[in-house]
Amino acid sequence: MDFILEGIYKAFLLLLGGHEETWSAVYATVAVSSISICATVLLGAPLGFLLGYCSFPGRRAVRLVVDTLLSFPTVVIGLIVYGFISRSGPLGELGLLFTLQGIAVGQVMLGLPVVVAMVANAVENADERLEATLLTLGADSTQLLRATLWEVRYHLMLATVAAYGRIVSEVGISMMVGGNIKWHTRTITTAIALETGKGEFAMGVALGLVLLIIAFGVNISVSGLKRRVAK
Amino acid sequence: MKKLITLLLFLVLALPAVAFAEKPVLMMSTTTSTDNTGLLDVLKPAFEAETGIELRWTAVGTGKALAMGQNCDVDVLLVHAPGAEKKFVADGYGVDRTQLMYNDFVIIGPAADPAKVKGMSVSDALKKIGQSGNIFCSRGDNSGTHKKELSLWKESGMAVPEKEAWYVQTGQGMLPTINVANEKNAYTMTDRGTFIKYEASHNGNPPIVILVEGDGALFNQYSAMAVNPKNCPNAKYDLAKKYIDWMASDATQKLIGDFKLMGKQLFTPNAGK
Repeated sequence: MDFILEGIYKAFLLLLGGHEETWSAVYATVAVSSISICATVLLGAPLGFLLGYCSFPGRRAVRLVVDTLLSFPTVVIGLIVYGFISRSGPLGELGLLFTLQGIAVGQVMLGLPVVVAMVANAVENADERLEATLLTLGADSTQLLRATLWEVRYHLMLATVAAYGRIVSEVGISMMVGGNIKWHTRTITTAIALETGKGEFAMGVALGLVLLIIAFGVNISVSGLKRRVAK
Repeated sequence: MKKLITLLLFLVLALPAVAFAEKPVLMMSTTTSTDNTGLLDVLKPAFEAETGIELRWTAVGTGKALAMGQNCDVDVLLVHAPGAEKKFVADGYGVDRTQLMYNDFVIIGPAADPAKVKGMSVSDALKKIGQSGNIFCSRGDNSGTHKKELSLWKESGMAVPEKEAWYVQTGQGMLPTINVANEKNAYTMTDRGTFIKYEASHNGNPPIVILVEGDGALFNQYSAMAVNPKNCPNAKYDLAKKYIDWMASDATQKLIGDFKLMGKQLFTPNAGK
Protein backbone atom coordinates (compact mmCIF):
# COMPACT_ATOMS: atom_id res chain seq x y z
CA MET A 1 0.00 0.00 0.00
CA ASP A 2 2.81 2.42 0.91
CA PHE A 3 3.86 2.67 -2.71
CA ILE A 4 0.66 4.54 -3.60
CA LEU A 5 1.46 7.44 -1.26
CA GLU A 6 5.09 7.31 -2.30
CA GLY A 7 3.93 7.43 -5.92
CA ILE A 8 1.87 10.57 -5.38
CA TYR A 9 4.88 12.26 -3.82
CA LYS A 10 7.18 11.05 -6.60
CA ALA A 11 4.87 12.33 -9.35
CA PHE A 12 5.50 15.90 -8.28
CA LEU A 13 9.23 15.32 -7.91
CA LEU A 14 9.38 13.92 -11.46
CA LEU A 15 7.58 16.87 -12.99
CA LEU A 16 9.08 19.68 -10.92
CA GLY A 17 12.56 18.19 -10.66
CA GLY A 18 12.91 18.05 -14.47
CA HIS A 19 13.44 14.27 -14.55
CA GLU A 20 14.72 13.87 -18.11
CA GLU A 21 13.33 10.40 -18.79
CA THR A 22 9.88 11.39 -17.62
CA TRP A 23 9.85 14.51 -19.75
CA SER A 24 10.92 12.47 -22.76
CA ALA A 25 7.96 10.15 -22.15
CA VAL A 26 5.66 13.14 -21.65
CA TYR A 27 6.84 14.56 -24.97
CA ALA A 28 6.31 11.23 -26.76
CA THR A 29 2.84 10.87 -25.25
CA VAL A 30 1.71 14.42 -26.07
CA ALA A 31 3.19 14.31 -29.58
CA VAL A 32 1.74 10.96 -30.57
CA SER A 33 -1.67 11.51 -29.01
CA SER A 34 -1.96 14.94 -30.69
CA ILE A 35 -1.28 13.49 -34.13
CA SER A 36 -3.64 10.64 -33.45
CA ILE A 37 -6.54 12.70 -32.20
CA CYS A 38 -6.22 15.24 -35.05
CA ALA A 39 -6.25 12.50 -37.68
CA THR A 40 -9.04 10.67 -35.86
CA VAL A 41 -11.32 13.73 -35.82
CA LEU A 42 -10.46 14.82 -39.38
CA LEU A 43 -11.32 11.34 -40.68
CA GLY A 44 -13.98 10.40 -38.18
CA ALA A 45 -16.23 13.48 -38.30
CA PRO A 46 -17.05 13.28 -42.05
CA LEU A 47 -17.38 9.49 -41.88
CA GLY A 48 -19.69 9.76 -38.89
CA PHE A 49 -21.74 12.38 -40.72
CA LEU A 50 -22.09 10.15 -43.79
CA LEU A 51 -23.09 7.20 -41.66
CA GLY A 52 -25.65 9.18 -39.69
CA TYR A 53 -27.01 11.23 -42.59
CA CYS A 54 -27.11 9.02 -45.68
CA SER A 55 -29.41 6.07 -45.98
CA PHE A 56 -28.07 3.21 -48.01
CA PRO A 57 -28.60 -0.55 -48.00
CA GLY A 58 -26.59 -2.23 -45.27
CA ARG A 59 -26.34 0.94 -43.20
CA ARG A 60 -27.52 -0.76 -40.04
CA ALA A 61 -24.98 -3.51 -40.54
CA VAL A 62 -22.22 -0.90 -40.89
CA ARG A 63 -23.39 0.79 -37.68
CA LEU A 64 -23.28 -2.55 -35.92
CA VAL A 65 -19.74 -3.14 -37.15
CA VAL A 66 -18.65 0.32 -35.99
CA ASP A 67 -20.23 -0.21 -32.58
CA THR A 68 -18.50 -3.58 -32.30
CA LEU A 69 -15.15 -2.04 -33.22
CA LEU A 70 -15.48 0.08 -30.07
CA SER A 71 -14.37 -3.10 -28.27
CA PHE A 72 -11.31 -3.69 -30.47
CA PRO A 73 -8.53 -4.90 -28.13
CA THR A 74 -5.53 -2.59 -28.38
CA VAL A 75 -3.01 -5.42 -28.46
CA VAL A 76 -4.74 -6.88 -31.53
CA ILE A 77 -4.71 -3.48 -33.26
CA GLY A 78 -1.01 -3.38 -32.38
CA LEU A 79 -0.44 -6.81 -33.91
CA ILE A 80 -2.33 -5.91 -37.11
CA VAL A 81 -0.43 -2.65 -37.55
CA TYR A 82 2.83 -4.46 -36.77
CA GLY A 83 2.03 -7.05 -39.47
CA PHE A 84 1.62 -4.31 -42.08
CA ILE A 85 4.57 -2.08 -41.17
CA SER A 86 7.10 -4.74 -40.21
CA ARG A 87 10.05 -4.66 -42.62
CA SER A 88 8.80 -8.00 -43.94
CA GLY A 89 5.21 -6.66 -44.22
CA PRO A 90 3.54 -4.96 -47.21
CA LEU A 91 4.25 -1.41 -45.92
CA GLY A 92 7.69 -2.21 -44.52
CA GLU A 93 9.40 0.23 -46.89
CA LEU A 94 7.85 3.20 -45.10
CA GLY A 95 10.00 2.50 -42.03
CA LEU A 96 7.16 3.20 -39.61
CA LEU A 97 7.94 0.45 -37.12
CA PHE A 98 9.40 1.71 -33.82
CA THR A 99 8.35 5.31 -34.61
CA LEU A 100 5.75 7.61 -33.08
CA GLN A 101 4.04 7.88 -36.48
CA GLY A 102 3.62 4.10 -36.51
CA ILE A 103 1.97 4.22 -33.09
CA ALA A 104 -0.30 7.00 -34.39
CA VAL A 105 -1.57 4.74 -37.19
CA GLY A 106 -2.73 2.22 -34.62
CA GLN A 107 -4.19 4.87 -32.33
CA VAL A 108 -6.25 6.31 -35.18
CA MET A 109 -7.70 2.83 -35.71
CA LEU A 110 -8.50 2.81 -32.01
CA GLY A 111 -10.07 6.27 -31.87
CA LEU A 112 -11.92 6.22 -35.18
CA PRO A 113 -14.84 3.97 -34.14
CA VAL A 114 -15.48 6.19 -31.10
CA VAL A 115 -15.76 9.38 -33.17
CA VAL A 116 -17.66 7.74 -36.05
CA ALA A 117 -20.19 6.06 -33.75
CA MET A 118 -20.83 9.14 -31.59
CA VAL A 119 -21.04 11.61 -34.50
CA ALA A 120 -23.31 9.27 -36.48
CA ASN A 121 -25.56 8.98 -33.48
CA ALA A 122 -25.68 12.76 -32.97
CA VAL A 123 -26.41 13.43 -36.66
CA GLU A 124 -29.21 10.87 -36.62
CA ASN A 125 -30.78 12.54 -33.63
CA ALA A 126 -30.24 16.11 -34.84
CA ASP A 127 -33.24 18.27 -35.58
CA GLU A 128 -34.79 17.00 -38.82
CA ARG A 129 -35.90 20.50 -39.78
CA LEU A 130 -32.25 21.53 -40.06
CA GLU A 131 -31.67 19.53 -43.20
CA ALA A 132 -34.91 20.73 -44.81
CA THR A 133 -34.09 24.33 -43.97
CA LEU A 134 -30.57 24.08 -45.32
CA LEU A 135 -31.74 22.49 -48.54
CA THR A 136 -34.46 25.11 -49.10
CA LEU A 137 -31.85 27.78 -48.59
CA GLY A 138 -29.90 26.15 -51.41
CA ALA A 139 -26.99 24.69 -49.48
CA ASP A 140 -24.64 22.40 -51.40
CA SER A 141 -23.38 19.16 -49.90
CA THR A 142 -20.19 20.66 -48.38
CA GLN A 143 -22.20 23.40 -46.72
CA LEU A 144 -24.67 20.82 -45.49
CA LEU A 145 -21.82 18.79 -43.95
CA ARG A 146 -20.32 21.84 -42.28
CA ALA A 147 -23.60 23.19 -40.96
CA THR A 148 -24.66 19.82 -39.57
CA LEU A 149 -21.29 19.21 -37.91
CA TRP A 150 -21.53 22.72 -36.44
CA GLU A 151 -24.96 21.86 -35.11
CA VAL A 152 -23.63 18.70 -33.39
CA ARG A 153 -20.42 20.41 -32.23
CA TYR A 154 -20.93 19.54 -28.57
CA HIS A 155 -21.33 15.89 -29.43
CA LEU A 156 -18.24 16.13 -31.61
CA MET A 157 -16.30 17.57 -28.68
CA LEU A 158 -17.58 14.86 -26.39
CA ALA A 159 -16.56 12.26 -28.98
CA THR A 160 -13.12 13.85 -29.21
CA VAL A 161 -12.65 13.78 -25.46
CA ALA A 162 -13.78 10.14 -25.28
CA ALA A 163 -11.49 9.13 -28.16
CA TYR A 164 -8.59 11.07 -26.63
CA GLY A 165 -9.11 9.23 -23.36
CA ARG A 166 -8.85 5.91 -25.10
CA ILE A 167 -5.86 6.95 -27.19
CA VAL A 168 -3.78 8.49 -24.42
CA SER A 169 -4.29 5.60 -22.02
CA GLU A 170 -3.71 2.67 -24.38
CA VAL A 171 -0.58 0.59 -23.91
CA GLY A 172 -0.97 -2.37 -26.30
CA ILE A 173 -0.36 -0.47 -29.53
CA SER A 174 2.47 1.67 -28.17
CA MET A 175 4.24 -1.40 -26.81
CA MET A 176 3.87 -3.58 -29.91
CA VAL A 177 4.40 -0.95 -32.62
CA GLY A 178 6.61 1.50 -30.72
CA GLY A 179 8.76 -1.05 -28.92
CA ASN A 180 9.10 1.06 -25.76
CA ILE A 181 12.45 2.47 -26.92
CA LYS A 182 14.00 4.81 -24.40
CA TRP A 183 14.19 8.47 -25.53
CA HIS A 184 12.19 7.68 -28.68
CA THR A 185 8.98 5.71 -28.41
CA ARG A 186 8.70 5.28 -24.66
CA THR A 187 5.34 6.81 -23.83
CA ILE A 188 4.02 7.26 -20.32
CA THR A 189 1.87 4.13 -20.56
CA THR A 190 4.70 1.89 -21.78
CA ALA A 191 6.95 3.41 -19.12
CA ILE A 192 4.32 2.46 -16.52
CA ALA A 193 4.27 -1.10 -17.85
CA LEU A 194 8.07 -1.22 -17.71
CA GLU A 195 8.42 0.25 -14.21
CA THR A 196 5.70 -2.05 -12.88
CA GLY A 197 7.48 -4.97 -14.56
CA LYS A 198 10.67 -3.95 -12.80
CA GLY A 199 8.85 -3.96 -9.48
CA GLU A 200 9.09 -0.16 -9.16
CA PHE A 201 5.44 0.20 -8.18
CA ALA A 202 5.74 3.73 -6.77
CA MET A 203 7.27 4.91 -10.04
CA GLY A 204 4.34 3.31 -11.89
CA VAL A 205 1.82 5.19 -9.76
CA ALA A 206 3.78 8.42 -10.19
CA LEU A 207 3.78 8.12 -13.98
CA GLY A 208 0.07 7.30 -13.90
CA LEU A 209 -0.53 10.58 -12.11
CA VAL A 210 1.58 12.42 -14.65
CA LEU A 211 -0.68 11.01 -17.38
CA LEU A 212 -3.77 12.13 -15.49
CA ILE A 213 -2.31 15.61 -15.16
CA ILE A 214 -1.86 15.77 -18.96
CA ALA A 215 -5.43 14.55 -19.49
CA PHE A 216 -6.64 17.15 -17.01
CA GLY A 217 -4.87 19.88 -18.98
CA VAL A 218 -6.44 18.68 -22.23
CA ASN A 219 -9.92 18.59 -20.72
CA ILE A 220 -9.55 22.08 -19.27
CA SER A 221 -8.64 23.42 -22.73
CA VAL A 222 -11.61 21.60 -24.27
CA SER A 223 -14.07 22.96 -21.73
CA GLY A 224 -12.63 26.45 -22.27
CA LEU A 225 -13.09 25.97 -26.01
CA LYS A 226 -16.64 24.81 -25.41
CA ARG A 227 -17.46 27.98 -23.51
CA ARG A 228 -16.01 30.13 -26.26
CA VAL A 229 -17.94 28.24 -28.95
CA ALA A 230 -21.15 28.67 -26.97
CA LYS A 231 -20.83 32.46 -27.00
CA MET B 1 -10.48 27.95 -32.52
CA LYS B 2 -8.51 28.62 -35.72
CA LYS B 3 -5.38 29.41 -33.74
CA LEU B 4 -5.66 26.15 -31.89
CA ILE B 5 -6.05 24.17 -35.10
CA THR B 6 -3.07 25.95 -36.64
CA LEU B 7 -1.02 25.15 -33.57
CA LEU B 8 -1.98 21.48 -33.62
CA LEU B 9 -1.28 21.22 -37.36
CA PHE B 10 2.09 22.81 -36.77
CA LEU B 11 2.87 20.28 -34.05
CA VAL B 12 1.87 17.40 -36.32
CA LEU B 13 3.96 18.65 -39.23
CA ALA B 14 6.94 19.49 -37.06
CA LEU B 15 7.09 16.05 -35.54
CA PRO B 16 8.65 14.10 -38.45
CA ALA B 17 11.41 16.70 -38.61
CA VAL B 18 12.21 16.10 -34.95
CA ALA B 19 12.05 12.35 -35.42
CA PHE B 20 14.79 12.27 -38.05
CA ALA B 21 18.06 11.36 -36.41
CA GLU B 22 21.37 12.49 -37.82
CA LYS B 23 23.39 9.57 -36.50
CA PRO B 24 23.15 6.12 -38.05
CA VAL B 25 20.78 4.05 -35.92
CA LEU B 26 21.31 0.43 -34.98
CA MET B 27 18.14 -1.34 -33.89
CA MET B 28 18.45 -4.22 -31.46
CA SER B 29 16.01 -6.62 -29.89
CA THR B 30 17.12 -7.95 -26.55
CA THR B 31 15.83 -9.73 -23.49
CA THR B 32 14.34 -8.06 -20.48
CA SER B 33 17.25 -9.08 -18.23
CA THR B 34 19.87 -6.95 -20.03
CA ASP B 35 17.56 -3.94 -19.95
CA ASN B 36 15.95 -4.30 -16.50
CA THR B 37 19.30 -4.64 -14.77
CA GLY B 38 20.52 -1.38 -16.34
CA LEU B 39 23.51 -2.95 -18.14
CA LEU B 40 22.52 -1.52 -21.54
CA ASP B 41 22.16 1.97 -20.12
CA VAL B 42 25.79 1.76 -19.03
CA LEU B 43 27.08 0.35 -22.33
CA LYS B 44 25.08 2.59 -24.70
CA PRO B 45 26.94 5.89 -24.12
CA ALA B 46 30.33 4.19 -24.43
CA PHE B 47 29.32 2.54 -27.71
CA GLU B 48 27.96 5.79 -29.13
CA ALA B 49 31.02 7.78 -28.10
CA GLU B 50 33.38 5.31 -29.77
CA THR B 51 31.52 4.52 -32.97
CA GLY B 52 29.07 7.40 -33.51
CA ILE B 53 26.30 4.83 -33.96
CA GLU B 54 23.10 5.35 -32.02
CA LEU B 55 21.92 2.14 -30.37
CA ARG B 56 18.19 1.66 -29.84
CA TRP B 57 16.70 -1.43 -28.34
CA THR B 58 13.38 -3.00 -27.57
CA ALA B 59 13.43 -5.30 -24.56
CA VAL B 60 11.17 -8.32 -24.98
CA GLY B 61 11.24 -12.05 -24.25
CA THR B 62 13.77 -14.06 -26.29
CA GLY B 63 10.93 -15.67 -28.29
CA LYS B 64 9.66 -12.30 -29.48
CA ALA B 65 13.21 -10.97 -29.94
CA LEU B 66 13.96 -13.83 -32.34
CA ALA B 67 10.65 -13.32 -34.18
CA MET B 68 11.55 -9.65 -34.70
CA GLY B 69 14.90 -10.72 -36.14
CA GLN B 70 13.20 -13.20 -38.44
CA ASN B 71 10.82 -10.43 -39.65
CA CYS B 72 13.81 -8.13 -40.31
CA ASP B 73 12.55 -5.53 -37.84
CA VAL B 74 15.88 -5.29 -36.03
CA ASP B 75 19.51 -5.41 -37.12
CA VAL B 76 21.10 -7.20 -34.20
CA LEU B 77 20.00 -9.43 -31.32
CA LEU B 78 21.33 -9.88 -27.79
CA VAL B 79 19.66 -12.96 -26.31
CA HIS B 80 20.19 -15.95 -24.06
CA ALA B 81 18.71 -19.16 -25.43
CA PRO B 82 21.60 -21.05 -27.07
CA GLY B 83 19.40 -23.84 -28.45
CA ALA B 84 16.94 -21.47 -30.11
CA GLU B 85 19.81 -19.23 -31.30
CA LYS B 86 21.60 -22.12 -33.02
CA LYS B 87 18.34 -23.05 -34.76
CA PHE B 88 17.89 -19.38 -35.75
CA VAL B 89 21.34 -19.40 -37.38
CA ALA B 90 20.81 -22.82 -38.98
CA ASP B 91 17.50 -21.66 -40.47
CA GLY B 92 19.36 -18.81 -42.18
CA TYR B 93 17.93 -15.93 -40.14
CA GLY B 94 21.03 -15.02 -38.17
CA VAL B 95 24.81 -14.81 -38.69
CA ASP B 96 27.95 -14.11 -36.66
CA ARG B 97 26.64 -15.56 -33.40
CA THR B 98 29.18 -14.51 -30.77
CA GLN B 99 29.10 -15.48 -27.12
CA LEU B 100 29.63 -12.46 -24.90
CA MET B 101 28.91 -13.07 -21.25
CA TYR B 102 27.11 -15.30 -18.82
CA ASN B 103 25.42 -15.29 -15.53
CA ASP B 104 23.63 -18.19 -13.95
CA PHE B 105 20.13 -19.16 -13.02
CA VAL B 106 19.13 -19.81 -9.44
CA ILE B 107 16.10 -21.43 -7.90
CA ILE B 108 14.54 -19.17 -5.34
CA GLY B 109 11.75 -19.63 -2.86
CA PRO B 110 10.40 -18.62 0.55
CA ALA B 111 13.06 -18.37 3.25
CA ALA B 112 11.18 -21.05 5.26
CA ASP B 113 11.72 -23.45 2.33
CA PRO B 114 8.56 -25.60 2.77
CA ALA B 115 9.69 -28.26 0.24
CA LYS B 116 13.17 -28.50 1.84
CA VAL B 117 15.24 -28.13 -1.32
CA LYS B 118 18.05 -25.90 -0.05
CA GLY B 119 21.47 -26.91 -1.35
CA MET B 120 20.17 -29.74 -3.56
CA SER B 121 21.05 -30.32 -7.21
CA VAL B 122 18.60 -28.81 -9.67
CA SER B 123 17.11 -32.16 -10.72
CA ASP B 124 16.52 -33.28 -7.13
CA ALA B 125 15.13 -29.90 -6.14
CA LEU B 126 12.60 -29.83 -8.97
CA LYS B 127 11.48 -33.40 -8.23
CA LYS B 128 11.10 -32.55 -4.55
CA ILE B 129 9.06 -29.42 -5.32
CA GLY B 130 6.84 -31.50 -7.63
CA GLN B 131 6.29 -34.13 -4.95
CA SER B 132 5.58 -31.60 -2.24
CA GLY B 133 2.91 -29.93 -4.33
CA ASN B 134 4.20 -26.48 -3.33
CA ILE B 135 3.47 -23.81 -5.92
CA PHE B 136 6.14 -23.23 -8.57
CA CYS B 137 5.89 -20.10 -10.73
CA SER B 138 6.93 -20.39 -14.35
CA ARG B 139 7.38 -17.48 -16.76
CA GLY B 140 5.32 -19.35 -19.34
CA ASP B 141 6.19 -16.75 -21.99
CA ASN B 142 8.62 -18.55 -24.30
CA SER B 143 11.47 -16.37 -23.03
CA GLY B 144 15.03 -17.60 -22.65
CA THR B 145 14.43 -18.22 -18.96
CA HIS B 146 11.24 -20.13 -19.69
CA LYS B 147 12.98 -22.30 -22.30
CA LYS B 148 15.73 -23.03 -19.80
CA GLU B 149 13.24 -23.98 -17.12
CA LEU B 150 11.43 -26.37 -19.49
CA SER B 151 14.73 -28.07 -20.35
CA LEU B 152 15.52 -28.48 -16.62
CA TRP B 153 12.21 -30.27 -15.99
CA LYS B 154 13.06 -32.66 -18.82
CA GLU B 155 16.61 -33.21 -17.51
CA SER B 156 15.25 -34.04 -14.08
CA GLY B 157 13.29 -36.87 -15.70
CA MET B 158 9.89 -35.31 -15.08
CA ALA B 159 7.33 -34.33 -17.66
CA VAL B 160 6.78 -30.56 -17.78
CA PRO B 161 4.02 -30.14 -15.16
CA GLU B 162 1.95 -28.11 -17.60
CA LYS B 163 -1.43 -28.91 -16.10
CA GLU B 164 -0.59 -29.46 -12.45
CA ALA B 165 -2.47 -27.22 -10.04
CA TRP B 166 0.79 -26.23 -8.30
CA TYR B 167 2.41 -25.10 -11.56
CA VAL B 168 1.51 -21.42 -12.10
CA GLN B 169 2.41 -19.84 -15.45
CA THR B 170 2.48 -16.08 -15.08
CA GLY B 171 3.07 -15.14 -18.72
CA GLN B 172 5.01 -12.09 -17.49
CA GLY B 173 8.55 -10.84 -17.19
CA MET B 174 11.05 -12.03 -14.58
CA LEU B 175 10.51 -9.42 -11.87
CA PRO B 176 6.70 -9.62 -12.02
CA THR B 177 7.06 -13.41 -11.80
CA ILE B 178 9.26 -13.11 -8.70
CA ASN B 179 6.62 -10.83 -7.22
CA VAL B 180 3.93 -13.43 -7.94
CA ALA B 181 6.11 -16.09 -6.30
CA ASN B 182 6.47 -13.83 -3.27
CA GLU B 183 2.71 -13.29 -3.01
CA LYS B 184 1.99 -16.99 -3.36
CA ASN B 185 4.82 -18.23 -1.15
CA ALA B 186 6.09 -20.15 -4.14
CA TYR B 187 9.33 -21.26 -5.80
CA THR B 188 10.58 -19.98 -9.14
CA MET B 189 13.68 -19.92 -11.29
CA THR B 190 15.37 -16.64 -12.22
CA ASP B 191 18.60 -15.35 -13.71
CA ARG B 192 20.89 -14.12 -10.98
CA GLY B 193 21.08 -10.57 -12.37
CA THR B 194 17.36 -10.03 -12.03
CA PHE B 195 17.40 -11.52 -8.56
CA ILE B 196 20.14 -9.13 -7.42
CA LYS B 197 18.01 -6.30 -8.78
CA TYR B 198 15.07 -7.68 -6.80
CA GLU B 199 17.23 -7.90 -3.67
CA ALA B 200 18.30 -4.29 -4.21
CA SER B 201 14.67 -3.15 -4.36
CA HIS B 202 14.10 -4.82 -0.99
CA ASN B 203 17.17 -3.15 0.52
CA GLY B 204 19.07 -6.42 0.53
CA ASN B 205 16.57 -8.24 2.71
CA PRO B 206 14.07 -9.95 0.37
CA PRO B 207 11.34 -12.34 1.56
CA ILE B 208 12.42 -14.77 -1.18
CA VAL B 209 15.92 -16.20 -1.11
CA ILE B 210 18.29 -18.27 -3.24
CA LEU B 211 17.91 -21.97 -2.40
CA VAL B 212 19.63 -23.79 -5.27
CA GLU B 213 22.69 -22.41 -7.07
CA GLY B 214 26.05 -23.36 -8.56
CA ASP B 215 24.79 -26.41 -10.45
CA GLY B 216 26.41 -26.64 -13.91
CA ALA B 217 22.95 -27.09 -15.42
CA LEU B 218 22.10 -23.52 -14.39
CA PHE B 219 24.63 -21.81 -16.68
CA ASN B 220 23.08 -18.87 -18.65
CA GLN B 221 24.96 -17.82 -21.78
CA TYR B 222 24.26 -14.51 -23.55
CA SER B 223 25.19 -14.09 -27.20
CA ALA B 224 24.80 -11.48 -29.91
CA MET B 225 23.87 -12.21 -33.53
CA ALA B 226 23.34 -10.07 -36.61
CA VAL B 227 20.27 -10.75 -38.70
CA ASN B 228 21.25 -12.46 -41.93
CA PRO B 229 21.63 -9.84 -44.70
CA LYS B 230 20.62 -12.54 -47.23
CA ASN B 231 17.26 -12.84 -45.49
CA CYS B 232 16.94 -9.12 -44.75
CA PRO B 233 18.64 -7.00 -47.43
CA ASN B 234 17.66 -3.77 -45.67
CA ALA B 235 19.21 -4.74 -42.34
CA LYS B 236 22.26 -2.71 -41.35
CA TYR B 237 24.65 -5.62 -41.28
CA ASP B 238 27.81 -3.49 -41.16
CA LEU B 239 26.59 -1.62 -38.06
CA ALA B 240 25.48 -4.87 -36.44
CA LYS B 241 28.91 -6.39 -37.06
CA LYS B 242 30.57 -3.34 -35.51
CA TYR B 243 28.36 -3.69 -32.43
CA ILE B 244 29.11 -7.38 -32.00
CA ASP B 245 32.86 -6.77 -32.36
CA TRP B 246 32.66 -3.88 -29.91
CA MET B 247 30.81 -6.02 -27.35
CA ALA B 248 33.48 -8.72 -27.67
CA SER B 249 36.39 -6.24 -27.40
CA ASP B 250 38.59 -6.32 -24.30
CA ALA B 251 37.55 -2.85 -23.14
CA THR B 252 33.83 -3.59 -23.33
CA GLN B 253 34.29 -6.99 -21.73
CA LYS B 254 35.93 -5.21 -18.82
CA LEU B 255 32.98 -2.76 -18.65
CA ILE B 256 30.59 -5.72 -18.44
CA GLY B 257 32.64 -7.36 -15.69
CA ASP B 258 32.77 -4.10 -13.74
CA PHE B 259 29.01 -3.57 -13.89
CA LYS B 260 27.79 -4.03 -10.32
CA LEU B 261 24.58 -3.68 -8.41
CA MET B 262 24.72 -3.59 -4.59
CA GLY B 263 28.41 -4.43 -4.92
CA LYS B 264 27.62 -7.67 -6.75
CA GLN B 265 28.79 -8.53 -10.25
CA LEU B 266 25.84 -9.37 -12.50
CA PHE B 267 27.44 -10.70 -15.67
CA THR B 268 30.73 -12.50 -16.28
CA PRO B 269 32.29 -11.65 -19.67
CA ASN B 270 33.44 -14.66 -21.69
CA ALA B 271 33.85 -13.57 -25.33
CA GLY B 272 36.37 -15.63 -27.25
CA LYS B 273 36.46 -18.34 -24.60
